[in-house]
Amino acid sequence: MTCDELLIALNEVVDSETALEIYKEFAAHLSNCNPCQVVLDNIRQTITLFQAGQEYHMPPSFQEKYQQIIESKWDEKFHKSKNEKNS
Amino acid sequence: MIVVAEEYSLNNSRKNELESLIKQKISVDDEDLPLWQEAKDGNFKAFQELMNRFQNRVYGLAFRILNNPQDAEDIVQQTFLTLVEQIDRYRGESKVKTWILGIATNHALKLLRKRKGQYYTSFNDRNLDSINHEPLPHPEYIAVWRDNPENLATQKELKILLSESLNRLEEAYRTVFILRDIEGLSTEETANILDISLSNVKIRLLRARLQLREDLTKKLGIEATRLISTHSEHPISK
Repeated sequence: MTCDELLIALNEVVDSETALEIYKEFAAHLSNCNPCQVVLDNIRQTITLFQAGQEYHMPPSFQEKYQQIIESKWDEKFHKSKNEKNS
Repeated sequence: MIVVAEEYSLNNSRKNELESLIKQKISVDDEDLPLWQEAKDGNFKAFQELMNRFQNRVYGLAFRILNNPQDAEDIVQQTFLTLVEQIDRYRGESKVKTWILGIATNHALKLLRKRKGQYYTSFNDRNLDSINHEPLPHPEYIAVWRDNPENLATQKELKILLSESLNRLEEAYRTVFILRDIEGLSTEETANILDISLSNVKIRLLRARLQLREDLTKKLGIEATRLISTHSEHPISK
């Protein structure tokens, strides 16, 4: 297996925990090729960083405003008054 | 001809059986489904609970696609308005989460194209498909990172760095990366939302991952550990 072949198959190795057990040639290549091992580590770190790194929270003032708009739409759709809904 | 018709009928019945099994599996695994069912019967509190569960997720998804807080707010509002309008249309073919994120993604992409003046470009772009057939870019900057991602994630400047890297990606690669790697949707769910093939999702994801890795390693890699890749001239003995 060459570095190019591993590059094409990188998604499988990244996404499947068992890929290296199933495809022995991936593991054999990685154990002999430090650049490919580091690239694989870098990709896994990239994904983890994006998953762990950014949480977005909408502004509370907007939350209140848009939920009122949704509630009006809801009332319109279900033909219910606010009082009926709360009872 | 009769044999063919019988085979077709058998295939169709098998297909229906499989679809029904998939639906059953989805409903068992879907923790949001009970709320959706209550909301469908007119219970606003249940719908409100769904909004509370998903609003920041929809906001984050839209923010990452559009890179603008006001646009992200518009998408949150449009998404939940669409959900109220289409509350009866959900048939359980996918998880509730996938349905909501799908509606949000499509609203965001529509707005993005409007902003760019591309009213008629579909996500299934022919130009991009031809790029997909070009050879993959080789990793150039290969180095060990200065810290693990969990520690890096807590640093303030990283938020800007991640946002800039994400925005340097082509829209189509960015959206696939967001849905697959950040939102955690499957290849099939991503393909359904974007109306593209599974192989297209896979190749766009690979290109996105490679570009982001290159970008981030230039910023986060330790120069002293830099390795030179020998690419395909370096066959490895098995």
